[in-house]
Amino acid sequence: MTILTDPPRGQFRLSMLLSDTRYRSLTFQGIALLLLIFAIAYLASNLMTNLAQAGLSISYSFLASPSGYDINQTLIPYNSQSTNMRAALVGILNTLLVSGLACVTATIFGVTAGVLRLSKNWLVRKMMAFYVEIFRNIPVLIWIIIIFTIMTAVMPAPSAFRGDDPDSTMVLGGIAFTNRGVYVPGPLLANPIFSATVLNWVLVLLFLVGSWFGARAVRTWATAKQEATGLRPTTWYWILAIWIVPVGILLAIMGLHWQIPELKGFNFAGGIKIGGPLIALWFALSIYTGAFIAENVRAGIQAISKGQTEAASSLGLRPGRVMNLVVLPQALRVIIPPLISQYLNITKNSSLAIAVGYADVTATLGGITLNQTGRAIECVLLLMLFYLTISLSISAVMNIYNNSVKLKER
Amino acid sequence: MKKSILFGALTVAGLAAGGAAAATLDDVKARGKLNCGVTTGLVGFAAPDANGEWKGFDVAVCRAVAAAVLGDPTAVEFVPTTGKTRFTALASGEIDMLARNTTWTFSRDVDLKFEFTGINYYDGQGFMVPKELGVTSAKELNGATVCIQTGTTTELNLADFFRANNMEYEPVPIETNAEAQQQFLAGACDVYTTDASGLAATRATFEDPTAYVILPEIVSKEPLGPLVRHGDPEWGDIVRWTLYALITAEELGVTSTNAAELASGTNNPEVNRLLGTEGDLGAMFNLDADWALKAISSEGNYGEIFAKNIGVDTPVGLARGLNAQWTEGGLLYAPPFR
Repeated sequence: MTILTDPPRGQFRLSMLLSDTRYRSLTFQGIALLLLIFAIAYLASNLMTNLAQAGLSISYSFLASPSGYDINQTLIPYNSQSTNMRAALVGILNTLLVSGLACVTATIFGVTAGVLRLSKNWLVRKMMAFYVEIFRNIPVLIWIIIIFTIMTAVMPAPSAFRGDDPDSTMVLGGIAFTNRGVYVPGPLLANPIFSATVLNWVLVLLFLVGSWFGARAVRTWATAKQEATGLRPTTWYWILAIWIVPVGILLAIMGLHWQIPELKGFNFAGGIKIGGPLIALWFALSIYTGAFIAENVRAGIQAISKGQTEAASSLGLRPGRVMNLVVLPQALRVIIPPLISQYLNITKNSSLAIAVGYADVTATLGGITLNQTGRAIECVLLLMLFYLTISLSISAVMNIYNNSVKLKER
Repeated sequence: MKKSILFGALTVAGLAAGGAAAATLDDVKARGKLNCGVTTGLVGFAAPDANGEWKGFDVAVCRAVAAAVLGDPTAVEFVPTTGKTRFTALASGEIDMLARNTTWTFSRDVDLKFEFTGINYYDGQGFMVPKELGVTSAKELNGATVCIQTGTTTELNLADFFRANNMEYEPVPIETNAEAQQQFLAGACDVYTTDASGLAATRATFEDPTAYVILPEIVSKEPLGPLVRHGDPEWGDIVRWTLYALITAEELGVTSTNAAELASGTNNPEVNRLLGTEGDLGAMFNLDADWALKAISSEGNYGEIFAKNIGVDTPVGLARGLNAQWTEGGLLYAPPFR
């Protein structure tokens, strides 16, 4: 006869924190964490005490006081009477603008160069290798300054457009390339529907979104038809019409016309100005980071086994379609993670803007505001917080995208 | 055990850093060197020469203080600071004094807890334009693109001036002077603005200085002077009275060449008090009786320093203007030595 007994129930005793292997590691991790927190708190309080003794007490009250300076590129209303907080916000938007633009163009440059680097054409292949090696091996600050300097030296000053027989004339009768930036015609509405300008453009945007859904519906219908009959109806003129006609009618009702920039006084007035510093910084960041992305793309493509290409070719796909339909979608799994780092690099490298006088957040909050208020530690802490936030946000978004394209293991 | 030693060391280091604020004179004497903050390079005011030796108007103030305190004008460690780092460097005790084209303003004096020890240059913000623009007054600059050398009170004065005159402008703030100059020379901006002395110093480096004019309007008051930290009035006194000694020496006709000779005794009691042969002014702030003699002998009196570094005969070519002695219609007026 055997008597079955349950194994002794684990009665938790305090000594088990050390003696029981199940808890011991937790105990030590807890102690280490506490020590770490204590050390950081001690160092922080030490820092605060010493700063206070040196007359550097931390205060953020300067953010609410008027900034007192002007900024050359403001995406939101701003003047010298606005607060330092708003100046920082203007800078943040400028940082986001140039980073966003540079991320898009760097991706285009990078993917193009990366694909072409694997071209069978010797000249194309070598040219792309040359581009990659030249651009990624010279510091980006030097590229920014070189491009800005060349721009200002090569392009004419606005005064060259003056007179009956000017040295320079506008391209296409409305675009002026000067060493202060590019002036392009700006859209104006003669009879706007809403009094606030922004709302009119939001309306145009809504129409475009509607067109997108319309075009998608047409494509869905075409696919259904193809499945049913085996023949895909020609839809491109439908889609074109869906995109153009509604927006065209709306803009015609609102009386869209273009304001051509005109030389008035020292500068061109009217139209839209794309500042020289923005162009130089945007181009430099794109072309520099594009070289890194090209290498990521090349690595991604080469990671796809040759069998995939051969299989696709044997199905009769042309090389372009092999690349777009078979290789690139698989290569994205390898490309995306390092691409995240490149986007983060663009955002962080945009802080070199001050070298060319572009008013990003490092130039406003970390530059002029810091100088004028003398609050160096506060401003730098805020800057760190901003860059950390924006970098983590980009990481988060790109990770979501990465999860959507990565190999689904079921 | 190891941790407590580490924390102990950190605490000691913290206390030492805190204590540095107290007796700067003793620190400087113990170190045998004066740590003096200057610009990273502005010709005439503070810039290393071909031999790597710092020369200039602000540098001379550092040397005079080092001579007065340590008896050796070369016992100076020059710490180049930018517009951004200068105040932190001074507040943290990295430098003992800052002599770097720094404008004396209320908030810097009061809020940042510094002590301005006098004014060695009365400056004001000006504008430089190419002569071919035909502009004769800053009031004609409506709509202009303005290159700014950032890092001073420049941006604020500019914004105030254009707002007060109801004019528009487009600022191009560039951190390095060299880049801003390049933009200005390429015509990417119509106007270059900074302190008038800085404009003159910059123009002196241009290929053809005569093709550029400095407009007559001075749009701000920029009293530039050396400064020290709050909390050590004795050290502040030393820097202040060293500067006054240089100014007074010019007023009394004491130069680097005749100072030693005059120090053997003259009939002018004020000269005697200044040079330490009468009274005991030096002992009042724990310096040698001949502190002022050493200061003056190092680089000369105020007038000599001015003429040698930024005067009309130098490439910078600044006239004395407001910086003449009060007896000659300027603003330099040192309190009496007695």
